[in-house]
Amino acid sequence: MIVCRYRQGGRGGPSVRRVNMEPLTFFVILFGSSVVAGALGALLGLGGGVIIVPILTLMAGLNIHYAIGASIVSVIATSSGAAATYVKDKITNLRLGMFLEMATTTGAVVGAWVAGLLPGRALSVVFGLVLTHAAWTMYGSREEDVPAGARGSALATRLRLHGAYFDPALNRRVDYQITGVPQGFGMMWLAGLISGLLGIGSGVFKVIAMDSMMRAPIKVSTTTSNFMIGVTAAASAGIYFLRGDIHPFIAAPVALGILTGTVAGTRLLLRLRGAAIRRVFLVVLLVVALQMIWRGVVGTVR
Amino acid sequence: MSTEKADNMAQHMEPLTRMELVISYALRLGVLLSAAVILVGILSFAFKQDTGYARVLPHHLRDILIFHQVSGPGFFPTSLPAVLQGAMAGKPYAIIGLGMVLLILTPILRVALSVFFFLFQRDWLYVGITLFVLTVLIFSLFSGVG
Repeated sequence: MIVCRYRQGGRGGPSVRRVNMEPLTFFVILFGSSVVAGALGALLGLGGGVIIVPILTLMAGLNIHYAIGASIVSVIATSSGAAATYVKDKITNLRLGMFLEMATTTGAVVGAWVAGLLPGRALSVVFGLVLTHAAWTMYGSREEDVPAGARGSALATRLRLHGAYFDPALNRRVDYQITGVPQGFGMMWLAGLISGLLGIGSGVFKVIAMDSMMRAPIKVSTTTSNFMIGVTAAASAGIYFLRGDIHPFIAAPVALGILTGTVAGTRLLLRLRGAAIRRVFLVVLLVVALQMIWRGVVGTVR
Repeated sequence: MSTEKADNMAQHMEPLTRMELVISYALRLGVLLSAAVILVGILSFAFKQDTGYARVLPHHLRDILIFHQVSGPGFFPTSLPAVLQGAMAGKPYAIIGLGMVLLILTPILRVALSVFFFLFQRDWLYVGITLFVLTVLIFSLFSGVG
């Protein structure tokens, strides 16, 4: 019901219809849910839009452009808030992130060009099903802290993508090797393409590409995804800002809440075992998959 | 970070390079600075009950959130000059806008610093890759694409 309205409302149309709560209540609820989104986002390598956008649209009946603007802010805040910790702890694989960022950014640019030509609703359903399948695959490896017996490929060696980090939960150094470079790169390109098109889910695709295809440990996958989503979002944030989609009264509680939440999220990531993070990710993965299928069927996608 | 953990890391991992420390401090500075500016903006908004462009009476969330206004309590500055000017004049919404600009610039600063990180390592392949990413970023930031 509510979601259908945005499609008809569109830019400049009547948008705020159901907002009658007090500004302070709105602010506090938004801040609180952003703390949760920031903690989950820092832990799982996602932007937090998965939580922020439904809350904004359902709770406040907000214009979808303001909701997307808030989502962009939440992605950047999650990424930067978590990054300072992860750089210091050397969990993020900077080479892997930067190499894959080539695919994501070019995919996003192409996505923006062809956005009007592609069948958004059908794609949303298709990618929702892809995620469901990924969840099924991940369920099989839910007990893994670090990938068992993954051998690096020659291409990954040449690109120097292998790495190591110290895992406080296992209390040892984890050396890992990367494989499946072409598949991962292709998946990242698609992730960039659909991020412009669907607005949600690109962080999920990044984690899956690194975890399932390239066989990186889950902590490396989520923190490297965390780094990447911020860079990609910053590129498009300028446009949203100039367009006037980043509303101060919405963006302020989101940014402050997310930054607060990332402090808890980064600590959690260091302490939890890989297997525990995989289980939490699995749940969120299913939620995002259902959201995508739902949005495709109902038609909130352009 | 506990000292025990720091000891463990020192045993198992190579120490951070100077450039990694610079990146870590730059990120922290960007995040803390933008958070502080946003906080100042929202607090002055709360105390003044004023966006800096219009007065906001209590109980009017609807007016605050109404979409794309040119004036009134729903209006806020969206161009860089307007944000900077407004922030200098102490207008709450412009101060929050300035915090947002700082937040948006942080990841781009990180990529720019990463170029130097790879440069110091004489890792020419990744200097190239990072410059490519930076170029696409700046291109999409200014062209309106992406």
